[in-house]
Amino acid sequence: MLPPLVLVQGLSYQYEDGTIALRSLDFSLQKGESVALLGANGSGKTTFALHLNGLLSAGKGTVEICGLPVNPKNLTEIRRKIGLVFQDSESQLFMPTVLEDVAFGPLNHGLSPQEAADRAQHALHLVGMSTMKGKAPYHLSAGEKKRVAIAGILAMDPEILVLDEPTTFLDPPGQRALAQLLLELPQAKILITHDMPFARAVCTRAAFFQQGQIVEEGSVEQVARRHDWDFTAPRTA
Amino acid sequence: MHIPDGFLSTPVWAALDVVGIPTAGYIVRVAQREFEDSKVPLLGVMGAFVFAAQMINFPVGVGTSGHLVGGALLACTLGPAAASVVMTAILAIQALVFQDGGILALGANVFNMAIVGVFAGYLPYYLWGRGRARRASIFAAGALSVAVSALLAMAELLLSGVHMPASILGVSLGLFAVSALIEGAITMAVIGALEAIQPNFPRPLAAARARNYAVGALALAALVLAAGGVVAASTAPDGIERLALDTGIAQHARTWIASPLKDYQAGFLGAGWPAQAGAGVLGIAMAGGLCVLIGRKR
Amino acid sequence: MHHVTLDQWSRGVSGLHQRDPRVKIAAVLVFLVVLATAHRMLPWLCLALFAVLCTVTLAARIPLAGALTRAGVVLPFSAVFAAVSWLAGDPQRGAALLMKSYLSAFAVLLLVSTTPLPLLLRGFEMTGAPRFLLMVAQFLYRYLFVISEEAQHMRKAAWSRGATAAGLAGNAQRFRAAAGALAVLFARSYARAGDIHRAMLSRSFPGYFRPLVELHLHREDVAFLFGGVLTPIVLRVLIEGAS
Repeated sequence: MLPPLVLVQGLSYQYEDGTIALRSLDFSLQKGESVALLGANGSGKTTFALHLNGLLSAGKGTVEICGLPVNPKNLTEIRRKIGLVFQDSESQLFMPTVLEDVAFGPLNHGLSPQEAADRAQHALHLVGMSTMKGKAPYHLSAGEKKRVAIAGILAMDPEILVLDEPTTFLDPPGQRALAQLLLELPQAKILITHDMPFARAVCTRAAFFQQGQIVEEGSVEQVARRHDWDFTAPRTA
Repeated sequence: MHIPDGFLSTPVWAALDVVGIPTAGYIVRVAQREFEDSKVPLLGVMGAFVFAAQMINFPVGVGTSGHLVGGALLACTLGPAAASVVMTAILAIQALVFQDGGILALGANVFNMAIVGVFAGYLPYYLWGRGRARRASIFAAGALSVAVSALLAMAELLLSGVHMPASILGVSLGLFAVSALIEGAITMAVIGALEAIQPNFPRPLAAARARNYAVGALALAALVLAAGGVVAASTAPDGIERLALDTGIAQHARTWIASPLKDYQAGFLGAGWPAQAGAGVLGIAMAGGLCVLIGRKR
Repeated sequence: MHHVTLDQWSRGVSGLHQRDPRVKIAAVLVFLVVLATAHRMLPWLCLALFAVLCTVTLAARIPLAGALTRAGVVLPFSAVFAAVSWLAGDPQRGAALLMKSYLSAFAVLLLVSTTPLPLLLRGFEMTGAPRFLLMVAQFLYRYLFVISEEAQHMRKAAWSRGATAAGLAGNAQRFRAAAGALAVLFARSYARAGDIHRAMLSRSFPGYFRPLVELHLHREDVAFLFGGVLTPIVLRVLIEGAS
């Protein structure tokens, strides 16, 4: 049997200033799954995500991606398999044009400029942004930026997508379009989000973070109900 | 003060291209070693910050306002080599995209603001930035960086033969002093505010690193003196003439004037404008060549 | 904003836009050197070079009036020194400063408005400028748009905080508010740089940038190089010969 795509065991992490961000956390992700990570700001979701591709790696415990332990030796391989889409697309789209940005990852993996450009074109096609390839990222709308950022990850042909707050800055039609796109993509997904309708639409499972631990896992509906994690209008007297 | 093209005489801009651009190239290599390539975004974004910071006006006196120049702020927070690289990138973008400062004069502007200005500004902070006089040293850093850059630019203009009556020189020096004080005050206030919101920032001087800078700082003290000397010479009525005569520039300086009547203008380098232009091109080629030499090993 | 307009112009379509950045850089450098070293018959030479630049602007389908105005950003600075020269009894030098600085700025403006900046920086890289510096410049330019916007928000915030008190006390308050705004902008920019760096590492940044597009010189580029280099030189020889 294949190993799980993501296997995290006993992961702990403490920031330099002494804040404990993760405490002995266990998590696993199987092929085809889409998991929503829910929980309050500062509960450790983003810190957790940064461990998945080795951007953070100081604490105790192990992280394995497709059976490979995350360590300096495996980083290139790991980062090919798991792609992170950050919350602020503006910081992720740092190259001068859309095409150059999407080709950035493939070029770093040693593809020739021609191959990298082909990969980038294909990825842009997948997210429906082929016509934008010559544009400067600055001139795109928030939704378009998010799509291009996702294309930049898809161009590396990963098996797992991690998206941090993907719906921030998006208007409702943009959110709907993004949900549609994610449902069409075959990769396993981890979504950090506060957006419950979005999580319900896209995710098959949810994990609830509290003070650096996963305290509950189950269906999105179940987890949200147990932790009263949904927006309801405050009562007016 | 960004010098546009057309202000400096050929020997001045060519010489400063030959000196300034390869020096900047060398500093880039130092910064690269110190910061590793992966810090490209840090230096780039901080450059954008300095640019954008100029949109925020600081009220000084009634109805007037100043803004941050930034060299000293960067030197005190990122270190002088990184600050110098950022300022060089800023000057290049300003010259290209904003037509603020010339292309041939880029060497001069880089020399004044990104090299001497930054390192001279770093000197007080380097000397006293750790002790009780920290705030004063930051003030002095800002003031000195602007004063030195402005004085150098002025000296270069004088050397190029731009005439300035004594009264106007006096007013300019007064303005320089005011801008220097404003930059000092802004730099000090911003670093103060920064330390209030992020107590462990800017980082204290790392002792090991600081030692490497001692040599550079001393060299720069000499440069500051030199700059002061040039200006002192030029403020005395005969100073610039005497200096120019001594260095053989006077003949050129006088002939630079746009006058078809003066026949002796071809005297520079003895062979008319193709030679002069040739000297300019040679200067650019030398600057480029030195950069290639310095930058060859990555 | 100035740079946004130039950015749009630089993405236009014309024969000039398509030329290799290196030949355009060479042509502009020669233009600048010819102009900077000129002194005889300067007004006539400037007139001729001005006509050349105007022709190029039209050929590149860049709005002429807009380009002429934008090149004028150097004029206030030049005018001060021109006035000083005039007061010092040297009006010819004053006029020379104005003409030379304006034409130089115009030439550089044309270079930038027919070449997207990243491509221009690539061109400079191939002439020997350090790549690290050019990458810093490229990131600077990329995030200039983003951080300028943040700065505008900060400016509003600073104003609204310091706008209550009048007179000198108000000034001191506004000064502190502006310093606070800049400190926040600094911290945010620093944090953003960290985010960008993480995003780069996530896509396996190896420590140097690999270019996607290689620059190649075509026959038209070589032709342009000859034309661009010879035009100012020939004009100057002809005009100075006529005196």
